[in-house]
Amino acid sequence: MSDKKTPFSGSPEQEKKLMKVIEDHKDQRGGLMPVLQGAQEIYGYLPLEVQKMVAMGLGISLSEVYGVVTFYSQFSLEPKGKFKVSVCLGTACYVKGADKVLEEVENILEIKAGECTENGLFSIDATRCVGACGLAPVMLVNEDVYGKVTTEEVAGILKKYTDMEA
Amino acid sequence: MNIEKLLEIKKEFEPIVQVRSAIHKNAKLVEGSKYRKQIVVCAGTGCTSSGSKKVLEAIDEGLKREKLEDDILVVKTGCFGLCALGPVVIVYPEGVFYSQVTPEHMDRIIKEHLAGGEVVKELLYEDTVDENGNIKSLQETDFYKKQHRVSLRNCGVIDPEIIEEYIGTNGYQALYKVLTEMNPDQVIELMKASGLRGRGGGGFTTGQKWLFAKSSESDQKYVCCNADEGDPGAFMDRSILEGDPHCIIEAMAIAGYTIGANQGYVYVRAEYPIAVTRLQIAIDQAREAGLLGKDIFGTGFDFDIEIRLGAGAFVCGEETALITSIEGNRGEPRPRPPFPAVRGLFGKPTVLNNVETYSNVPQIVLNGADWFASMGTETSKGTKVFALGGKIKNVGLVEVPMGITLREIVEEIGGGVPNGKKFKAAQTGGPSGGCIPAKNMDVPIDYDNLIKLGSMMGSGGLIVLDEDTCMVDIAKFYLEFTVEESCGKCTPCRIGTKRLYELLEKITSGNGEMEDLDKIEALSAHMQKSSLCALGQTAANPVISTLHHFRDEYEAHIKDKKCPAGVCKDLLEYTIDAEKCIGCTACKRKCPVDAISGEVKQPHVIDQEKCIKCGVCMDTCKFNAISRG
Repeated sequence: MSDKKTPFSGSPEQEKKLMKVIEDHKDQRGGLMPVLQGAQEIYGYLPLEVQKMVAMGLGISLSEVYGVVTFYSQFSLEPKGKFKVSVCLGTACYVKGADKVLEEVENILEIKAGECTENGLFSIDATRCVGACGLAPVMLVNEDVYGKVTTEEVAGILKKYTDMEA
Repeated sequence: MNIEKLLEIKKEFEPIVQVRSAIHKNAKLVEGSKYRKQIVVCAGTGCTSSGSKKVLEAIDEGLKREKLEDDILVVKTGCFGLCALGPVVIVYPEGVFYSQVTPEHMDRIIKEHLAGGEVVKELLYEDTVDENGNIKSLQETDFYKKQHRVSLRNCGVIDPEIIEEYIGTNGYQALYKVLTEMNPDQVIELMKASGLRGRGGGGFTTGQKWLFAKSSESDQKYVCCNADEGDPGAFMDRSILEGDPHCIIEAMAIAGYTIGANQGYVYVRAEYPIAVTRLQIAIDQAREAGLLGKDIFGTGFDFDIEIRLGAGAFVCGEETALITSIEGNRGEPRPRPPFPAVRGLFGKPTVLNNVETYSNVPQIVLNGADWFASMGTETSKGTKVFALGGKIKNVGLVEVPMGITLREIVEEIGGGVPNGKKFKAAQTGGPSGGCIPAKNMDVPIDYDNLIKLGSMMGSGGLIVLDEDTCMVDIAKFYLEFTVEESCGKCTPCRIGTKRLYELLEKITSGNGEMEDLDKIEALSAHMQKSSLCALGQTAANPVISTLHHFRDEYEAHIKDKKCPAGVCKDLLEYTIDAEKCIGCTACKRKCPVDAISGEVKQPHVIDQEKCIKCGVCMDTCKFNAISRG
């Protein structure tokens, strides 16, 4: 992880949306998880500023919120790239060489799994089984699924998204 | 909703749905469908990933073009099981099976088959055409022949987003029967007599679990469904939710009536977006039809269901951790007893079963305990769904009677190991399970035999490993998983998994000593005995089982500093055979670190200092001049 922290830049619209989510779940038992899931959808990640708003809104302590955020791997304290590259490391994918695919993605983007490129374009995640074992090894870029990926194909797949931005 | 209305819907939809039961044994057709033909497209995760959405668009356009829209029904179903061959399309009433269909193929199928009446033979799944060119039914193919679909009976058959289709297969009749003809004790007796055991891992008797929850006195009780399928390589629960969500709703309502609960929760992995959407649609439809909510079937019984999403924590598959997570906390387990049946969600008595377990319940109510108990072995009744994956030809989802042998699953249903490689072992039970080696392939698979072999049923992931898989590396793979997923609450698991991983790392990097094997065994025993929950208690299983069955591989890593399967990088050396090398320079150009030198038409050499053992040279060489050892 890099030390430099992306400054928080939430808009009033985002805050309004978050307040609505909090309002919807305020009286629900066990409502913290759905609120955090909603908050991550709004902001893309859960920086301390957002966690504070959630804690205030639900009337619970920040440490409780932080404890839950850091427990679950889907909640992220860091922003993700515009294109989230996920390589499935479930067993079926692993025995078909998913580790080599991940290595190739890391080499090309010059970042490690869990990190985001400096231009904010790509981030890499090594994910748990996505359940598409028939297509192993599987890699995803946002919602696009690529099955039976070979290391040779990785560069071409990533280029599609770089080109989209150019 | 009342029974007359339910039967009316059934009468209308049964003939339409029944046409599509070709994957079932003894499928019988019911006259009265208003469509000339039906075209079924799998819209499960596997097929969607391989492009079934585009195929569906091509069908819509094609049918319009040929003016066939009124004549032919398009059905989007859940998983057929043969995920490796997706996208999958079946045309009924013929029951012909097209595999790996592209939009271009679809145009041909519509024109030649649907409009012209001629089956497009070259696009059919190869196993459905015999050597004389005759088309076989799906029930005769190797993949489906030995399968017996109970849990998956509606997957690939009905459209999961249309409640009437589920009702057309006797849906919600089991709930009606329970509410109007049975008291809770009779339901429990029925479940006990059927012998149904939990399909999620532990294998606890379902009827017994329901009895405990029923006997607990409380003003409020809950029914929960565990759909947090975290075992990597298992995807049956997802497929059932995607293909037949109403059967889970019906089963949970039956459980609710039995124990005296009126609220249910389904805890689903957020990684399963299609399953979540379909389940929500199903819940909304059931509410609208009055099959969830107040006064169901006019009997005074209230029941409703809410979905809660997981957020990526494997430990939440453990029942107490799952309950803590629904409550909105860190998903950490707690000691048992008290068991959830006594003190569960929000401190109230709770029944928690997994998706596959629930999927059997309505069928048991309708067909009776004897029917269910007639399948399987002495101690393990019914069927089990396995997710076949890894080094096997027919990757996919299969449902077989308990007691089938591994050989039948791998060689007959699975079509064997591809590329002429040798079967080495099958891994079952994921990170909590172990390996079954080739010599045990003929042992009947059930709960107890798997435990005797040092593995476990788990949720039913079955990963086939061939001669190219290193057993030490695979054990390390699972330990890496549990290190990351250990919640950290108890010491034996938090530190034990880490130390175990480090020992394996030491062995695979060529620094292992023989006494490390003793340390592994001792540490594993401690973890089994003293961890708080099943995650830690079973975390060492992949290591113990591979060490038991493949000790020679561990010893080769330690004594000879060799990895027999050629996987562990630190123990490998790539060399070029000067006799075979013709100096084509292909490997030299591909090497990412310039470790290969040599003149054109002269034998090349690899600089071992520079080599990163990526294996690109070996894949590139057309003359088999490069060897790994």
